[in-house]
Amino acid sequence: MNSWLVIGVSFCYLALLFALASWAERRSAAGRSLVGNPYIYALSMAVYCTAWTYYGSVGRAATTGLGYLAIYIGPTLMAPLWWVVLRKIIRICKVQRITTIADFISSRYGKNITLGSIVTIICVLGIIPYISIQLKAIASSLDILTGANEVGRSPLFGDTSFFITLGLGLFTIVYGTRHVEATERHEGMVTAIAFESLFKLVIFIVAGVFVTYGVFNGFGDIMQQATQLPDFERLMTFDNDSGFSQWFWMVVLSMLAVLFLPRQFQVAVVENVNEQHLNKAMWLFPLYLFAINIFVLPIAFGGDLLFGSAGIDADMFVLAIPLSEGQSLLALLVYLGGYSAATSMVIVATIALSVMVSNNLVMPLLVGIPAIKNRYQNQLTKLLLFSRRLGILVILLLAYLYYKGVAEHYSLVEVGLVSFAAVAQFAPAIIGGIFWKEGTKSGALAGIVVGAVLWFYTLVVPSMVGVGMLPSSILENGPLGIALLKPFELFGLQGMDYISHAMFWSMFLNVGLYIGVSLLSKQTSQERNQAEVFVDIFKYSTVFESSIVWKGTAYIPDIKSLLVNFLGEKKAEVAMKAYKRKYPEPEDESGKADPKLVTYAEKVLSGVIGSSSARIMVSSVVKEEEISIDEVLNILKESQQLISINNELRRKSMELRRATEQLRSANERLKQLDELKDEFLSTVTHELRTPLTSIRALSEILYDNPDMEREDQEHFLQTIVKESERLTRLITHVLDLERFESGKQKLNLGPVQIEEVVRESVQALEQLVQGKNVELVVDVQQNLPVINGDRDRLMQVMVNLVSNAIKFCHPEHGRIIVSGYYIDGDIKVNVVDNGKGIDPEFHKQIFDKFYQAQNQNIRKPEGSGLGLPISKKIIESHRGRIWVESELGKGAKFSFVLPVRVNVPANV
Amino acid sequence: MSAKEKLKVLVVDDEPSILMPLEFLMRKNGYQVYIARNGTEAMESVDKERPDVVLLDIMMPDVDGYEVCRHIRGQENMNGAKVIFMSAKTKDADIKKGYDVGADLYIPKPFSTRFLMEKIKELTQS
Repeated sequence: MNSWLVIGVSFCYLALLFALASWAERRSAAGRSLVGNPYIYALSMAVYCTAWTYYGSVGRAATTGLGYLAIYIGPTLMAPLWWVVLRKIIRICKVQRITTIADFISSRYGKNITLGSIVTIICVLGIIPYISIQLKAIASSLDILTGANEVGRSPLFGDTSFFITLGLGLFTIVYGTRHVEATERHEGMVTAIAFESLFKLVIFIVAGVFVTYGVFNGFGDIMQQATQLPDFERLMTFDNDSGFSQWFWMVVLSMLAVLFLPRQFQVAVVENVNEQHLNKAMWLFPLYLFAINIFVLPIAFGGDLLFGSAGIDADMFVLAIPLSEGQSLLALLVYLGGYSAATSMVIVATIALSVMVSNNLVMPLLVGIPAIKNRYQNQLTKLLLFSRRLGILVILLLAYLYYKGVAEHYSLVEVGLVSFAAVAQFAPAIIGGIFWKEGTKSGALAGIVVGAVLWFYTLVVPSMVGVGMLPSSILENGPLGIALLKPFELFGLQGMDYISHAMFWSMFLNVGLYIGVSLLSKQTSQERNQAEVFVDIFKYSTVFESSIVWKGTAYIPDIKSLLVNFLGEKKAEVAMKAYKRKYPEPEDESGKADPKLVTYAEKVLSGVIGSSSARIMVSSVVKEEEISIDEVLNILKESQQLISINNELRRKSMELRRATEQLRSANERLKQLDELKDEFLSTVTHELRTPLTSIRALSEILYDNPDMEREDQEHFLQTIVKESERLTRLITHVLDLERFESGKQKLNLGPVQIEEVVRESVQALEQLVQGKNVELVVDVQQNLPVINGDRDRLMQVMVNLVSNAIKFCHPEHGRIIVSGYYIDGDIKVNVVDNGKGIDPEFHKQIFDKFYQAQNQNIRKPEGSGLGLPISKKIIESHRGRIWVESELGKGAKFSFVLPVRVNVPANV
Repeated sequence: MSAKEKLKVLVVDDEPSILMPLEFLMRKNGYQVYIARNGTEAMESVDKERPDVVLLDIMMPDVDGYEVCRHIRGQENMNGAKVIFMSAKTKDADIKKGYDVGADLYIPKPFSTRFLMEKIKELTQS
């Protein structure tokens, strides 16, 4: 394949990543962040699967058999523990604004500079080979694809992998060092990484399917044929001698690596936006590992079967098989998949390392030397970014050189395991640090240094021998001929493979020294403080500033200018505002800073320059007082008590607020009821005034005019009686309604025949009818079912409806029809008149009490204004319904239905 | 005041039981009485009879008493007419509104007929 085409495609892919990353950052700037999604988080964790997985697993499976699985079993076993371990680390880093693993360790052990620098150096030493194998994978895959011959190439500028390295450096600088605060997330970068994870998985599976079903006839076929291979049995069995220890150490190693590799720490801890995302990642990540391993064995055996001893590097089988089958497009895609696996690792690891180098090596140097510090006081931000960018380039360049010098002679997995073993040295100090308060700085330092030295001696030295940098006699006879010090058989230990051997010794001494020295040494108050906070992080993280114990004098302007130096004017302003929001107490008049402000500033600075440098910077503007461990513990205990009191208080105040809320709404309801009551009362008194006026006037006139004509006298007295009756009726209605509304009205239930009720009501109103020109028709169905109801109350409803109809029907040709029948389980009664009708607007309101009098000066003639509301209450208390159908000028039809519960015909 | 120039009183109320005693009372006191059972009738009567005194209810089926009073005050040659509201509406706001639209007196119901007569006399003598 044309090499320019391949290079072109590689850069196009890189350009795609650029586009994706900048799209994601624009989205996030627009407030529609993608990384709030737990799937993106889980996918970004799959940066664990690098070219090592993509190419190396197949190579390892083809040469040493099932052992390749160990480094996926480890993380899978680890995943359920994330909730305990990783969540704690995430919380600590959030609260303490920690951005790298070096900062984490240094911070836990009293913000110690030495520890941070040593961890950084080990990381750089350990990870550069790892980056280099990614470069190697890219270069080898390029060679396979283009058919180029390595020998003929000149180093550096004639080498395509060099340019690809530069391209990666550019991407990393652009999307990895955007902000000076390392705590700020790299959303673009994370999105690109998540995409790469998806891409490499899909392509690898496609390649696997092609090999399994395209080249061979499925899994069965491959395995069948593979049994014929000479070393099939060896590949599929554990090695008897060292197999178990190798498996054990590989699993342990990968369990630790998935937590402590700088790139894993970066994506899982620093880039984590929500602890709950862990819940998804805990099963998605192992699932991913499973998926990407399904086709490893088929491809490995397929390669063995196809190429035999043709001298093709087993690491490159994935690529070589489609190529040899003439599938150049698939081969190109497979190449891109591998490219994505490699680039994702390189990008993330480089960012993590560059932050580590700038914060734990460069910054302490800059701020630790007064001359330099004073000189660059105002350009620290720039300096910091510059050092990170330079760091990225230097790290990539070193990796490139390592690849050229050493890595070319080893397989992907061999070099990768060396890196795993390096970061495993941090495990005792970190795991111990978050669960064991007694771990001391000296213990951590001793463990890490000795572990790292042993790592170097048992793993790195032999590889240097391998490429001829050291004499091979070291391996054979030990240095200076001391056999006990042979790197592969240290102190005479034999029978283990080299990784297990190295892990055994380094971890044994590392853990031993960490615990031993910790028990023998004493913590400083600063260390004790951090130990308390780290181990009990879930108790402290709610009050993040008050948890740090600090005593001394500082001045606000000093603190402010410190922030300005590192954050720039704008961000410093923002940070101070955030502080003011959290603690709105007024500033001390003397300009002295509150201890909370000092610890807050230190936290903010930690996010930028790492915790130990932040400590130095803050100490430089603060006059601190010495405090004893006892004091620290007391204050911490107090703050814990304060927290629990606070929680109690918050709970109480929540309860109080809820109760207040309930009270207020009850009060609101009462007020409404009160208003209704007021209105009712004023309407009632108002209704009472009319008959009273009449009665008083008539009585006064009768009294003042004893000589009135007899006829007039009788007429007056009659009216007085009528008006008194009206008053009585009104009072009865008001009391009725009140009883219904307060629920005091009990129905006097019994069997009721509606026919009878209708007949009797009409009879009672006969007199009223006769006074007017009204035709009253009654048409009630025979043998209606008997219902269970209050006979007198139902009579009251009927009388009310019929008397209303009589009042409102046509004045000259009044016609009223009362009908009753059984329908759908109900008895329905209608009262129809031919009066002037009711505007549909008022159909609901006429059932409200005194609707006609409320807030208006227009009144309908006659009636107490309570008849319909009472009828409604009565019908509803029988679980029935009452309503009116009418239009203006077309009469009105009042209807009610009553459910029949006792379904017995009347005449049975 | 001679018998020929009897004072004209218009009584407006939608309640027959109130109209009846008032009509009797006015006649008894020697006034010329007109009766209206609603706002429309009242305005017609005002235009036609030009009463000297109007006893005016407020809540009526069609046009309310306030409106009738405004109508009266809107007539050029009705300036001297005395308007007395008699209403079951007894809130301060209602009473104030009554005076605002131009009433000479606002009497809450129920009232004493003797008091009413006194007031009518006071108003018409001045």
